Amino acid sequence: MTTVVILDYGSGNVRSAQRAVETTGATVSISADFEIALNADALLVPGVGAFAACVAGLKNVRGDQIIGRRLAGGRPVLGICVGMQVLFEKSTEHAELGFHPGLNEWPGTVDQLTAPVLPHMGWNNVVAANESQMFAGISDERFYFVHSYAARKWELDPYELLSPPKVSWANHGEDFVAAVENGPLWATQFHPEKSGDAGLALLGNWISAIK
Amino acid sequence: MSVAIRVIPCLDVDAGRVVKGVNFENLKDAGDPVELAKRYGAAGADELIFLDITASSSDRETTYEMVKRAADELFIPLTVGGGVRSVSDVDQLLRAGADKVGINTAGLDNPELISQAAAQFGDQCVVLSVDVRRATGCPSGFEATTHGGRNSSGRDALEWIIEAAQRGAGEVLLNSMDADGTKNGYDLALISAVRAVVDIPIIASGGAGKLTDFHPAVVAGADAVLAASVFHFNELSIQDVKSELRSNGNEVR
Repeated sequence: MTTVVILDYGSGNVRSAQRAVETTGATVSISADFEIALNADALLVPGVGAFAACVAGLKNVRGDQIIGRRLAGGRPVLGICVGMQVLFEKSTEHAELGFHPGLNEWPGTVDQLTAPVLPHMGWNNVVAANESQMFAGISDERFYFVHSYAARKWELDPYELLSPPKVSWANHGEDFVAAVENGPLWATQFHPEKSGDAGLALLGNWISAIK
Repeated sequence: MSVAIRVIPCLDVDAGRVVKGVNFENLKDAGDPVELAKRYGAAGADELIFLDITASSSDRETTYEMVKRAADELFIPLTVGGGVRSVSDVDQLLRAGADKVGINTAGLDNPELISQAAAQFGDQCVVLSVDVRRATGCPSGFEATTHGGRNSSGRDALEWIIEAAQRGAGEVLLNSMDADGTKNGYDLALISAVRAVVDIPIIASGGAGKLTDFHPAVVAGADAVLAASVFHFNELSIQDVKSELRSNGNEVR
């Protein structure tokens, strides 16, 4: 049985994420324990609220080290919503000094979207990357987004890498990164745990990819 | 390709039980909000709203318990409003599993509550719920009311919505007390007036009676359309509403 830990660093409604991942058959616990989070088969990093608060909360439980060490060992991590945004180099959200630093797993800036209505709230399409495992069987579905900031560019040079990341896109006012599959590190800007059957299928794809 | 217009059923709940009855076939318990929530989720609802009208504050525990049970079974967003008085109330609802919390009368009494909740939990989970009626004494012609439309707040509705959005409300649940219960269509003048002054999403509420009522609300500026009795009494299905919206060129899920 695949064990999944949801990293409990004070970010919002983790109960829904737990219930949603449980529907895949995985054993799911919510924990901030360093060893438990490090050793689980898979780690889910949730995130709601402000970018800087999430980064601070993560660092409080050494989440940056947990993520870094897991990825170094090829152990799966899934970031959701702000849990995805913090993986980038920086964000301009509420940043009077220009930006707040992120965990810098990927280069690039999380910026406010330019759109007539913000937050981007609701069900939107995703243009899934070619040969995406994440969107296998669900590439025509809509997923539930709620955010005002996003990575509007993908800056990691694919030609430097043996296995280039699969980047999927969505549009609200402008194009932004909706999801990334980068080896063991996956992330979604939308909320699979709030995206009905399509979201549960996506989580199933994640767990299947781990087995 | 763009974000879909959301179709949202709203359930009025009193001490953990649905009021005003819901007329579905094959329901084991027509008063159980959780069973209804699941039913609506399966029927294609994009989101659900529980409006807690429990009078007694001693029954709040029942509400949290209900939200917990619903959140355990439901994989679409859940908003809970009604009787939210403090940051601690918001916190407890979010912990129980609500994704968003509606703030109404308490926000008018204490606007700082909107700012505090948005700062602590994020703009995305603060829904300004406002009951609006026409009033000649207000500059915009619309007044915000309290206590479900029974009392005048003395505040211009548009001014209040602008202020709440600046304070961090991430969405506005716009209830027209003039249209509510009439089944004569949404309050299009009100929706347009609000659309002109804020850029947060608008949930139109009050007045839905027939399929052709929904598209005009979207044209007026609504991002989501809420209805209660027409869904509860099977007068309209969620899929019928979506088909009607789609045939008018709107994106739906």
